[in-house]
Amino acid sequence: MSGANRIAGKGRLTPARTVRFTFDGQALTAVEGDTLASALIANGIHLTGRSFKYHRPRGMLSAGPEEPNALMDIGRDSARRTPNVRATVQEVFDGMQAKSQNRWPSLSFDIGAVNNLASPMFAAGFYYKTFMWPKAAWKKLYEPVIRNAAGLGVSPSERDPDHYANHHAHCDVLVIGGGVAGLAAALSAAHAGAEVIICDEQPEMGGAFRHETDTTIAGKSGFDWAQAVVAELRAMDNVRVLTRTTAFGYQAQNHVGLVERVTEHLAAPDARLPRERMWQVRARQVVIATGAIERHMVFANNDRPGIMLASAARTFLNHFGVAVGARVGVYTANDSAYNAAFDLKRAGVSIPVIVDVRPQVDAALLARAADLGIEVLTGHAVVDTKGSLRVRSMKVARIGGGGGKDYAIDALIMSSGWTPSVHMYSQSRGKVVWDEASERFLPGVHPQASMSIGACNGTDDLNETIAEAVRAGRESAEKAGVASGGGWAPPAAVAGTSWAGNMMGSGEGAGPDTTVKAFVDFQNDVTAKDIRLAVREGMESIEHVKRFTTNGMATDQGKTSNIHGLAIAAEMLDRPLPKVGLTTFRSPYTPVTFGAIVNHSRGALFDPTRKTPMHDWEAAHGAVFEDVGQWKRAWYYPRTGEDMHQAVNRECRTVREAAGLFDASTLGKIEVVGPDAAAFLNLLYTNSWDKLEPGRCKYGIMLREDGFIYDDGVVGRMAEDRFHVTTTTGGAPRVMHHMEDYLQTEFPHLKVWLTSTSEQWAVIAVQGPKAREIIAPLVEGIDMSSEAMPHMSVREGRICGVPTRLFRMSFTGEAGFEVNVPADYGKAVWEAIWARAEPMGACAYGTEAMHVLRAEKGYIIVGQDTDGTVTPDDAGLNWAVAKKKPDFVGIRGMKRPDLVREGRKQLVGLQTRDPKIVLEEGAQIVADPNQTVPMKMLGHVTSSYWSENCGRSIAMGVVAGGRSLMGQTLYVPMPDRTIEVTVTDTVFIDKQGERLNG
Amino acid sequence: MADIAHAHRSEPLSGRVAGAAGVTVTPAPAAGRVALRVNPSEAGQLSSILGLALPLSPKTSVTTETGRMALWLGPDEWLLIDASVDAGPHLTSALCEAGVLVSAVDVSHRNTAILVEGAGAQATLESGCPQNLSLTAFPVGACSRTVLGKIEVVILRTGAEAFRVECWRSFSDYAFTFLADAAGDALA
Amino acid sequence: MLLIHCPYCQEERPELEFRNTGEAHIARPADIANISDEAFEVFFFLRDNPKGLTYERWRHIHGCGRFFNAVRDTVSDKFVTTYKAGLPKVAVVRADDGSVRVSDRVEGAGL
Repeated sequence: MSGANRIAGKGRLTPARTVRFTFDGQALTAVEGDTLASALIANGIHLTGRSFKYHRPRGMLSAGPEEPNALMDIGRDSARRTPNVRATVQEVFDGMQAKSQNRWPSLSFDIGAVNNLASPMFAAGFYYKTFMWPKAAWKKLYEPVIRNAAGLGVSPSERDPDHYANHHAHCDVLVIGGGVAGLAAALSAAHAGAEVIICDEQPEMGGAFRHETDTTIAGKSGFDWAQAVVAELRAMDNVRVLTRTTAFGYQAQNHVGLVERVTEHLAAPDARLPRERMWQVRARQVVIATGAIERHMVFANNDRPGIMLASAARTFLNHFGVAVGARVGVYTANDSAYNAAFDLKRAGVSIPVIVDVRPQVDAALLARAADLGIEVLTGHAVVDTKGSLRVRSMKVARIGGGGGKDYAIDALIMSSGWTPSVHMYSQSRGKVVWDEASERFLPGVHPQASMSIGACNGTDDLNETIAEAVRAGRESAEKAGVASGGGWAPPAAVAGTSWAGNMMGSGEGAGPDTTVKAFVDFQNDVTAKDIRLAVREGMESIEHVKRFTTNGMATDQGKTSNIHGLAIAAEMLDRPLPKVGLTTFRSPYTPVTFGAIVNHSRGALFDPTRKTPMHDWEAAHGAVFEDVGQWKRAWYYPRTGEDMHQAVNRECRTVREAAGLFDASTLGKIEVVGPDAAAFLNLLYTNSWDKLEPGRCKYGIMLREDGFIYDDGVVGRMAEDRFHVTTTTGGAPRVMHHMEDYLQTEFPHLKVWLTSTSEQWAVIAVQGPKAREIIAPLVEGIDMSSEAMPHMSVREGRICGVPTRLFRMSFTGEAGFEVNVPADYGKAVWEAIWARAEPMGACAYGTEAMHVLRAEKGYIIVGQDTDGTVTPDDAGLNWAVAKKKPDFVGIRGMKRPDLVREGRKQLVGLQTRDPKIVLEEGAQIVADPNQTVPMKMLGHVTSSYWSENCGRSIAMGVVAGGRSLMGQTLYVPMPDRTIEVTVTDTVFIDKQGERLNG
Repeated sequence: MADIAHAHRSEPLSGRVAGAAGVTVTPAPAAGRVALRVNPSEAGQLSSILGLALPLSPKTSVTTETGRMALWLGPDEWLLIDASVDAGPHLTSALCEAGVLVSAVDVSHRNTAILVEGAGAQATLESGCPQNLSLTAFPVGACSRTVLGKIEVVILRTGAEAFRVECWRSFSDYAFTFLADAAGDALA
Repeated sequence: MLLIHCPYCQEERPELEFRNTGEAHIARPADIANISDEAFEVFFFLRDNPKGLTYERWRHIHGCGRFFNAVRDTVSDKFVTTYKAGLPKVAVVRADDGSVRVSDRVEGAGL
């Protein structure tokens, strides 16, 4: 027998199918289909955890996702461990390891429970008021201790070995909830021809029929009818039925997030299956059929293990075949708890008394109670309970009468009524409306293409619910524009349970005595007196009360607590409840794992990794790569025994002495084509392009409208109406966007088009005195002599038999070429060039050497030597700004007073007095190192390297009025020393530029 | 120069295969591609050069019997794909000489394509593409530039259960890995 | 995720395909090189940040690539309408129930 409290012949599970699991190390047996909650109760265990603030012993309150107490740590193995799982939702699988949380050293003896004794200290707002002084103590002392003591669960430290999936789904009608309303609506919509998705968080659809067994529909029990409808839906091509699937977020325009728990209930899941599946559903129409959530009664010590919702006890009995106790007290303000009591009694459980706060109760219910021999006390209340780790008695008193009588019990079931579950409606930005007659908040106008039906819409009657659902299904299909002639007639139904009766707020014996703990919010340990205190302290808005007390916050989002808290606040404020207002129901409805949110985007799919066509060659030749945006770029190529410094020094030296090969494929490239191409570039760059002849290229600077440098690059004119524009690697997408923006919205009259060719071309830079000699024999159709092809020219021809755009240009100061070939040929052409280059003493060089070589020549890197506040003049690039053009982007911004004033930071060279010291990039520059802190900073170092070719360190920086300080000494104060530097120009090698023509 | 060895082509996804129950993910053969821009009012004048009439409606494409495809990407933008790997340069020069104001740019190597086929093809794409890819909203021949996971792609539906996914070369590893991962859950 | 109607693709597409590109109907002055500092400030720096209706530019960057204009309510996050770049500013009216629709009346010359 899987647990002493299993009742033979009750429930829907198959007793022979047992599974084993452990709870806090104790080996237990369950039945397949059990939730952890039902399995524990079957084994007589109600104590499942300690509460958040007071560490009070707690057990299952519910049998569903509204559970605030029974949060467990569920493990499959050491890496597959999830904290804060609801025991009432988690299905037991063979081998499952469950652990209680928030207790130390053990569940039954918990040191933190001292908080319970010291509870006058822990009233609402306690943290805010107490841990305020001294300020420094907050970070070092209070916060760590509080966090340690108060945390719920422990997150796993190992990598999640599971995988997750995502599906964007589109449908005509999404039905949220698989109770009677949802099922009827889905079937109605499906028969009308709509594409339907219906989801429900439980393993089986049927909603309230999991516990409510007195209803018949179409001659079947409610639950059997539901399963028949599910079977019919599953057989239809236009319907997707999702069980174990929670709609957790209702976003704009009927975009609803669902998370499907795929393998959480399986002992040995197929490794190919995702653990969870995210469904991002875009529905033309949404039918919200989320039912209602039962509320507990608020009275003194209403939180002892064994005290739970009446519907929960009924679920455990009728679905799982488990009795929640042998002697069960009933405390209610609602009819439906009677049916729970009747079911328990018929199953052999002793029901000593039904305590009903209402003075008048339906005579038929009283008659049925009498038939079963159950005593009913109307106009009475449960005013207290006893029992440390499990409830063992309750005290019952006549309302307003005082005194009271103790009843020995081992469980107490309660109901103060049902709260329509308006979470989805509220998330869809709907405003709930107070229904005075039934005293509850109901959906008002639906702001999106959706409708609410059934219990969540305040429809209590079964036949009305079915009729409403059938109508909603049909209407949804019609509004989605897909309704055909088909339809579905509502079946005949006979309801078995009344849901009438409603009590909000605290009852008899819940205060105002300040020591009484009558819990409103179990998860956050908020009591009735906390809410009263909040109001007394001036929190008049319910949003303030919520934050002051934490009522309804955290993972349960007020499912059981919201209305009670509101009612107590309203009473204190002496305002009608609807005037106090309702707090917002936020997404997610229940917690969602990070795995489900991230889904496919982990590991290699976390972010695209972009590799150039030559990547494999580079890797095979020992390249160390650096990340440049999403690109992997060869950083340097260390030879055996070389460290980075040595490798870079060798690469820099080799380029100037012989030659080097560099992979420049990541540069952005844009083909600008059309008769107005030059006119367009005139507007986008500071330079003038009119006189650039086809076959020549030029360095260009692009500004933003504010006059600051945005990007730069070499632009080649391939033909009168065709330019080959290059951009920085990082700037490629935004430059394209920037150019398109101007072309489409400011200069649409220009006849020109832009096409990104960044990835069409692999780019092999061959730089150095031997560059021409290396590639010339491989090239066909181009006269590469210096006379025919001078510096800054471009030719089209063939290399290694494939088409090339061959640029003669240089980012090193050496004579050099950039070989553009169609990307798929990049690797082969590189290899052919390398086969010639290597024997001639050339090397492959990476981005670090490239940086050093360009700095030796004072070539700037946009984004390193500029930072979005540097003008062409600041960067010493005034020569590249056309003086006669009437317009270009940035022409006006450049003239703003602050951009033309004296004393702006200007780019200069910096040479350390000690040539061996390499400055730190970003280091600040001052005139007087002996001034008091904070010093007046003149600027900072932007680029700094050891230059093997110069035999010393070199640096560039931006310095206020820098160009007027040539030859002067400035200082770079560092934590351990002050470095003396001399201001120079920015060219450190070959100042005349003669090597370019070599 | 007769001894110059012709460079061989290294395709970014060569050798990759993936799939799962009901779906195969395969690199498409190399193809010629042209990014074509022309005023739609003059698009008709290119029909004889192209051997097809450029589609003028959003989200539509034209495929000829010889395997040439023209995909509408924007109101004045088309992607031409030709089964012949050499078509890029040839088409580009032919279009430039058509006497119509055009921008024709060879992008044969910029893009690479992945074929996703089988009963789970649509679901595989739906793992990463937020567009409605149902046969009603995205029928055979429909095409669109859109997103797949974290990258931009062009999707062309070549059959009820067949798609061609075009992406830039350096994103093809991501695209292929994504589609292979998604294929595993396609028949959910 | 919003659905945004692209006036060029003529259908609603998922927000992921789009990029917001700031306030609409701010024309770059024709003689920008010679405008005053004050005029430049207005053109380049000063933007509205209304609670309620806002005119903004979007680009269908991962779709047809076109820039277009939109009227959106920053309170409800709902798009009132979208229209092609270069068309005059679309006038909208708010009804008593708070809903907003395109007005039949064309406002001024627009930009």
